Amino acid sequence: MTPITIRRWAWIHKWSSLVCTAFMLLLCLTGLPLIYHHEIDGLLGNGVQAPQMAPDAPRADLDRVIAAGRAMYPNKMAMYVSQDVGEPDIWNLTLGDNPTDASYKSIAIDARTAQVLAQPSLEGGLMGVMYHLHVDLYAGLWGKLLLGAMGLLLLTAIVSGLVLYAPFMRKLDFGDVRRTRGPRLKWLDLHNLLGIVTLAWALVVGLTGVINTWAEPLLGYWQFTEMAEMTAPYKNLPPPMHLGSMQASLAHAVAAAPGMKIGFVAFPGTPFTSTHHYGIFMRGDSKLTSRLYRPVLVDAQTTQVTAQRALPWYLTALLISQPLHFGDYGGSPMKLIWSLLDLATIIVLGSGLYLWLKRGGAVKTEMKRSAANGAAVTATVEGSAAPALTAQGGEA
Amino acid sequence: MIRPLLKLWAAPVLLAVLTIVGLLSALLGDGRWNALSAFALGTPVAVGTWFGLRRN
Repeated sequence: MTPITIRRWAWIHKWSSLVCTAFMLLLCLTGLPLIYHHEIDGLLGNGVQAPQMAPDAPRADLDRVIAAGRAMYPNKMAMYVSQDVGEPDIWNLTLGDNPTDASYKSIAIDARTAQVLAQPSLEGGLMGVMYHLHVDLYAGLWGKLLLGAMGLLLLTAIVSGLVLYAPFMRKLDFGDVRRTRGPRLKWLDLHNLLGIVTLAWALVVGLTGVINTWAEPLLGYWQFTEMAEMTAPYKNLPPPMHLGSMQASLAHAVAAAPGMKIGFVAFPGTPFTSTHHYGIFMRGDSKLTSRLYRPVLVDAQTTQVTAQRALPWYLTALLISQPLHFGDYGGSPMKLIWSLLDLATIIVLGSGLYLWLKRGGAVKTEMKRSAANGAAVTATVEGSAAPALTAQGGEA
Repeated sequence: MIRPLLKLWAAPVLLAVLTIVGLLSALLGDGRWNALSAFALGTPVAVGTWFGLRRN
């Protein structure tokens, strides 16, 4: 690599990092408790648990379950009803003032007795604050898209950092940290070491995080194209006055998608279905396929299946990118590793910032040293690369 | 020609491959797949900790 090329990559690395560093520090700090949100919710008493019953206890009629929840808010409409993987005893019902109500109410209902168990609320609590700071900065879609753009800068910083790894490390062995030659060299080496060992993880978590920020536009596009095609015959019909049985709809959906389990149901008018259909999202049985959904559309009046098809690739990509970002699919060892990699990333960000703040000092030391030696700075690759970062910093 | 390239990139490439194996294996199944994932993902963490804290 010529000194000019290195200088250009260094410029890319410096500016992409500088712009996103504050956001990335925030994301790392808020992401850390979110890794353990399930455990923290349990500790804070916000977790929901169904009482122990015989495993073959009969299931309550889903229409009764929904009625029990709606009785708590008679003026609200049902938006979604869902079941978590590994929690078949609980139905989660979402109610809102309109089909896209952002301040919806969540109600957990026992799937066997149709008794309301709890009203878990994300808002207000500490984890709610962490969630918003991590996901949308309390600014809705624009907050998400801003964080997505910052994520793209992070990816740029990681790739340019990888390119710069070669000229900086040519004279060193892997893992060498020069501890005795001042704090700047020590932190430069630690920055390079932790940057390179976390590289693949940071790329994956960064990229999947960016994809997650596009969830709403992707869903909107799917609705506009595939959902519109699937529900075309209903386009000019008036919205249904009376909704048919959910239990019957579910039975028809299960019969239409053999071997699959129910993931969630979207009520008519919500973004996951049309104004005429229950959108019943079936999922597979294995660890991988339980993350993937197959939408089955059921006429909300007749309860008959009218269409079903696999999700397009971009929504599959979105669903796969969720676990890869959350680190919630490998048990507690993975959560621990996720936290440690998160901490390592904080050190990489912090040391990067430190190296930029100390750039002036390094140039002066270098100039003093060469002046004292009465010789030109030797044109080692390392010598040309380190001032490349700092000289550019001086101009800016 | 090959040797300096190997010296520079052998460890980073190996760690990246282990990371990818670790990320994908836990997606495929539980039990052994999770154990493989913990080992593969844990290696970069261990390597970073070892060299980061080592006194020479």
